[in-house]
Amino acid sequence: MNTLLASTSMVSDSMGPANMLLSNFVFPNDFHVHWSMMIVLYPYITGLVDGAFIIAALYYLFDVKSLRPVARFSLLFALAFLAIATLPLLLHLGRPERNLNMLLTPSPSSAMAGFGYIYAVSMGVLVFIILFVYRPVLVELRSTSKGWLQVLYRAITFDSIDLSDDALKLDAKIIRFLVAIGIPIAAILHGYVGFIFGGVKANPTWSTPLMPVIFLFSACVSGISAIILAYIIIRKFKARPIDNGCIITMIKTLTGFFILAFSFEMLEVFSHSYLKSGYHHMVEGLLNGVLANSFWFWQVKMGSVLPLLILGVMGIFKMRSYVYNFLAAGVSAILLIQVLIMRWNVVIGGQLMSKSARGYTEFHPLWFDKEGIIAVIIVMAIPFAILFVLGKIFPFWADE
Amino acid sequence: MKIKDPSPDMKKRSFLKNVLNGTIAGSLYLVYPMGAGSFETPEQIPGIRDKAYDIHAQEFTFIVDITRCIGCGSCCVADKREYNVPDGNYRTWVERYVKGFSDQIYVDCPNGGLDGYQTPRSDIKEEIRDTFFVPKLCNMCKEAPCVQVCPVGATFITPDGFVLVDEKRCVGCAYCIQACPYSVRFINPVTRVVEKCTWCYHRVRKGLLPACVEVCPTGARKFGSLKDETSEVYKILKGPGVLTVLRKEMGTWPALYYKGARMEVV
Repeated sequence: MNTLLASTSMVSDSMGPANMLLSNFVFPNDFHVHWSMMIVLYPYITGLVDGAFIIAALYYLFDVKSLRPVARFSLLFALAFLAIATLPLLLHLGRPERNLNMLLTPSPSSAMAGFGYIYAVSMGVLVFIILFVYRPVLVELRSTSKGWLQVLYRAITFDSIDLSDDALKLDAKIIRFLVAIGIPIAAILHGYVGFIFGGVKANPTWSTPLMPVIFLFSACVSGISAIILAYIIIRKFKARPIDNGCIITMIKTLTGFFILAFSFEMLEVFSHSYLKSGYHHMVEGLLNGVLANSFWFWQVKMGSVLPLLILGVMGIFKMRSYVYNFLAAGVSAILLIQVLIMRWNVVIGGQLMSKSARGYTEFHPLWFDKEGIIAVIIVMAIPFAILFVLGKIFPFWADE
Repeated sequence: MKIKDPSPDMKKRSFLKNVLNGTIAGSLYLVYPMGAGSFETPEQIPGIRDKAYDIHAQEFTFIVDITRCIGCGSCCVADKREYNVPDGNYRTWVERYVKGFSDQIYVDCPNGGLDGYQTPRSDIKEEIRDTFFVPKLCNMCKEAPCVQVCPVGATFITPDGFVLVDEKRCVGCAYCIQACPYSVRFINPVTRVVEKCTWCYHRVRKGLLPACVEVCPTGARKFGSLKDETSEVYKILKGPGVLTVLRKEMGTWPALYYKGARMEVV
C-alpha cells in the first residue's frame, strides 16, 4: 500500500491539493473493466470502414480522379469490415441471445439504442453503392460466367443488362446521390461511437464534446492508412504496378486528416491540464501513471510524432517512387497501430480510473476468453476472409 | 382424610382423551386459515399493507447518517444474504475514511466492509485527525444517467422513486455501469445481466424496511416516504440539519442523502 501511495503521490506532485484525494482507493465494483478488448475493436473496425469510405467518396463525389485505382477496392474493404462490425459487440454482450432487444428497442434517450438503425442504414447504402458502381462490370461478368456464379451475378444486377448511355448516366447520378448521403451516414456511424463515450459524464476522460471529433478524424486516419497499406501489399504480392499518383493523393489526404486527429487528441489533453476542472487529477494521474507508456510513448511519440516527421519528409523532399511507396506503407502501418493504441487508451484507459477519484485499477487481457486475445485475432481475421471472397465476385482494381 | 387415587383405568382413559383432544385441536390449528398476520413481521413502513398500493402516493427517500455508522458491516451481510450477491460484487458497501493531520485522506473498503472494521489500519504512519465510515448504496437518482443510457429500456424509474432493472430485458452491455457516477452497478456473473441495490423494493411493497436498514444497530440507515409526515426521513429532510448528496456536480439529483458527510467523501 505504501509503495502504491508513493507512486501515486509522485505522479500527483504537481496537482496541489488534489493529490490528497489519491490514495489508491478503488470502489469495490470498479476493479472489473467491463468494456474490454471487443469494445476497443468495435470503434477500430467502424473507423476503418469510415476511412475507406472517405477514399471512395473523394473519387465518386468529389471527382478526385487520381484515386480511381483504389476507389472500388475501398468500397469492398469498407463492406468487409462493416459486415463484422456487430461481431465484437455480440461477443461483448452479457446476454448475446438478446441482441435483437438492442437492435429493435426504440429508446430515444440512449445514444446506444441508435445502433441498429445507424448500422442498418450504413450497410444498406454501402451495399447499394457497391452494386451500382460495379454494375457494368457485373453485367459483363454475368455474360462470361457459368453455373452458380452466373446466377449470383444475375441476382446482384437485378437481372438487368442495360448498359446504354442513359442507363449509365442514371447509374452515375444514383452513385453520387448515395455517396452524398453516405458521407453523413458514415460520419454518424463513427461519430456516434465517439458520442457514446463522450456522453458518459461519470468518466472524466471520456466526457468531452471533442470525443466524437477525435474518433471521426482518427477513423479517417486508420481507414486511409489501411487502404494505402492494402493497396501496396496486394499489388506487390500480385506483381502489378502501383499507381504513384494515387499513393501521393492518399498520403496527402492522410496527412491532412492525421494533423487534425493528432491536434484534437492533444487539445483534449491540454484542455484537461489547463482547465484543472474537477477530477482532472485523475486524468493526469492516468496519463502520467498507469498509461504513461501506452499513451505518451506509444501513442504520442512513436505513433504520432514519428509518422508526422515521416509524412513531413514525404511532403517536402522529392524521392524515388519506390522509396515513397516504402515510406507510405511504413507510415500507414504505424498509423494503423497508433489508432488501435488510441482506442485502447480511450476505452480501457478510461475505465482504469475508479469513480472514487482516488485510485486506478488494472486490466490484464486474457488469451482464452470470448473477449480475449485469441477472439480478437479471429474477429480481425474474418474481414480479410470476407474480402478474399468478395474479391472473387467483385474485381478489386480498375485495371482488372 | 386421605384422597383415594383414581384407578389405573381412569388415568389411562383421561390420558387418551387428552391426546385425542390435542390431536384434533392441533389438526384444526393447522387446517384452519390462521390469517396472514399471525407469524408476519409487523408492518415497518406505515400505510402500505391492507390496501391497494398507490405507486403515485409514495416518495421514498434514504438517509445515511455518517455520524452514527460504526462500520460493523451488518448491513452488508444482510444485503448479501437477501440477494445472494456473488463474491466480489457489492450492492452496498461501507468505506472507511481516515484523515491525517497532513490532510491526506486514506480510504479503504476490504471485502466491501462485509467483515466489519474490527481492527484499525496499521499502515498509516502519520497522526490521525479524524476517521469515519461511509455506507454506499444506490443513489436512486431522479435524473438517472443509467436510465438515460440503457439502450433497451431495461433500467427504469418507478413513480415511487426507485431505479430498477428488468433482468429479463437487460442485454448486459454494461453501458449503465459506465454511466453510473457512484459505481453501484455490476454484471452478475451468474445471470450475466446488470444488478444493483434496489432499496429492497420487494420488501418495501410489503411494508418492510430495506434489509440493511432493518439490521443497522445504530440507526445510521434511515428509510421512509416523504409523503408520510410522521416518518423519520420526513422530519430530517424538512428539518434544519445539513444534508448533502454525493457528486452533486453530476446533476443526478439523488434521493439518497447523507447526514454528516465530510467534504472528502466522494
